[in-house]
Amino acid sequence: MSTQESYVTDDGRTIGPTVMEMKNITLRFGGVNAITDISFDIREGEIRAIIGPNGAGKSSMLNVISGFYVPQEGEVWYKGAKRPQMKPYEVAQQGIARTFQNIALFEGMSVLDNVMTGRIRQMNAGLLSQALWKGKAQKEEVENREVVEKIIDFLEIQAIRKTPVGRLPYGLKKRVELARALAAEPSILLLDEPMAGMNVEEKEDMSRFVLDVNDEFGTTIALIEHDMGVVMDLSDRVVVMDYGKKIGDGTPDEVRNNQAVIDAYLGVAHD
Amino acid sequence: MFYREAGDFKTSYDADNQTFPIKFDRIGYYVALLVAFLVVPFMINDYWVNAIFLPFLIYAIAAIGLNILVGYCGQVSLGTGGFMAVGAYACYKLMTSFPEVNIFFHVILAGGITAIVGILFGLPSLRIKGFYLAVATLAAQFFLVWLFNRVPWFYNYSASGQISAPERTLFGVPVTGANTSAWATYLFCLVFLVLCALVARNLTRGMAGRKWMAIRDMDIAAEIIGVNPLKAKMTAFGVSSFFIGISGALFFAVYLGAVEVGEAFGISKSFLVLFMVIIGGLGSIFGSFAGAAFLVLLPVLLKNVLVGGLGWPTDTAAHLEFLIVGALIVTFLIAEPHGLAQLWRVTKEKLRLWPFPH
Repeated sequence: MSTQESYVTDDGRTIGPTVMEMKNITLRFGGVNAITDISFDIREGEIRAIIGPNGAGKSSMLNVISGFYVPQEGEVWYKGAKRPQMKPYEVAQQGIARTFQNIALFEGMSVLDNVMTGRIRQMNAGLLSQALWKGKAQKEEVENREVVEKIIDFLEIQAIRKTPVGRLPYGLKKRVELARALAAEPSILLLDEPMAGMNVEEKEDMSRFVLDVNDEFGTTIALIEHDMGVVMDLSDRVVVMDYGKKIGDGTPDEVRNNQAVIDAYLGVAHD
Repeated sequence: MFYREAGDFKTSYDADNQTFPIKFDRIGYYVALLVAFLVVPFMINDYWVNAIFLPFLIYAIAAIGLNILVGYCGQVSLGTGGFMAVGAYACYKLMTSFPEVNIFFHVILAGGITAIVGILFGLPSLRIKGFYLAVATLAAQFFLVWLFNRVPWFYNYSASGQISAPERTLFGVPVTGANTSAWATYLFCLVFLVLCALVARNLTRGMAGRKWMAIRDMDIAAEIIGVNPLKAKMTAFGVSSFFIGISGALFFAVYLGAVEVGEAFGISKSFLVLFMVIIGGLGSIFGSFAGAAFLVLLPVLLKNVLVGGLGWPTDTAAHLEFLIVGALIVTFLIAEPHGLAQLWRVTKEKLRLWPFPH
């Protein structure tokens, strides 16, 4: 299975060539190695999971991808070119959207405004046009609202469109955050523990949304999740990390039978 | 009973985006505009204009400006007085250097110059936040006042160190100088206030406003979803200072006529406008109006009640006025920390259901 050739999965989705590749990433905070020499790739249209015990460096990895942390060593290749060092907002402009482990919504704004903010990449009317609410700004507002309404529809949050986000319960906030990330129409969607703190029904809902997003929009998804059942069911390929190192990489079945992974999760006797 | 969203269906996103989505509000808004433009100018005299209307209109512009910065973008500023001074002195220099250009454009240009100065002094906001930023803007306040006091070029080398507005006309009617009539100055300021409020509203309901609020609510998340923090903060400082500059220009040229910078644009002015924004409601255009009205009207009202109504001596009344205004502000903020705008919002939500309980 070459990394460049497309193939079709059992459930009929097409997995394309590599869209993002991490090459020998090392990230240090002072003397602590958060990530040590990790390489993996993300292919177009796939759901790629990153798992590992607490403190394994999964979130740090996501932060490297979204440009929030700058690794000391290693390269990030995106769409066939080496990515120069850039600010997080420039990474976002390139089409990488993400959600956060601890919800990072704009609490004072309505759901609609939050999701509209996700359209920042597509809306660039000048300040004057916005000040007069004429021409490009007005046109943009309506066009992008249509897209946003489709996403609101898709995630079934129509009823709370005008509600300030601060008033919403946790599960809905998670969904709004997904909506905001989706609104950007990203090439890669990074989900940092999208199901943390949810009960079984909410997890099922969220899993369905993740699959639907991948299926309908063909969005490439990289996700961190602790619930093994969810990870094994959703993902096409899994990276396993432990203490900042990669200990496994492959399909869920391969990973499940990997001795190093089993040791990391179940513990192993030190001799 | 009349205040309903039910049955008021929107068929386009444009209609849904409008400033007053509820019909009753819309009618109220047009009525208020009509009264302000067509009724008030015929009713007022010099006392009303100078004691109430001009300060209200001008402070409302300043409050809208500061609200964009503090309420929408979350950057605390104590430099309002200094920026108003920039507007005033810019307007003065323009008026005296280019007497043939219309005063209307001078005021706008003064706003533009203030915007540039505001952006310059806003640069520290990229590194510092909250109280520390407030202190940095406080430096702007003191520096600007010092500058206008010490550099004679700004006041055209006049002996007194004051600047005074020469007479300028708009459509042949004097709006600055000694021979103005009440209605002309009122209308002149009103036009600016309405324009500023419309622009502020348009900006805050569009993408610019969303970027500002994103920075305010969670700056790291905002950056990660693609908001350029430099641009967002600088536009906030620019737009905010533009409005504050306009208010400073009007305050000097139309309202006071002659100005000594330390007195008219000192630190107390910065606090006054900040209080208006806080009492009115952070992050609300209506709140800016309400806050300005509250702090302009309350002292006048108290004075009239105490001196006119109860017949107290003027000096006692003046002292008590401070006490009462202060106490009212504290009480008010305890009762409704989110300001008059929140009070209004709650009232409207209740009205929507009235007279039924659910």
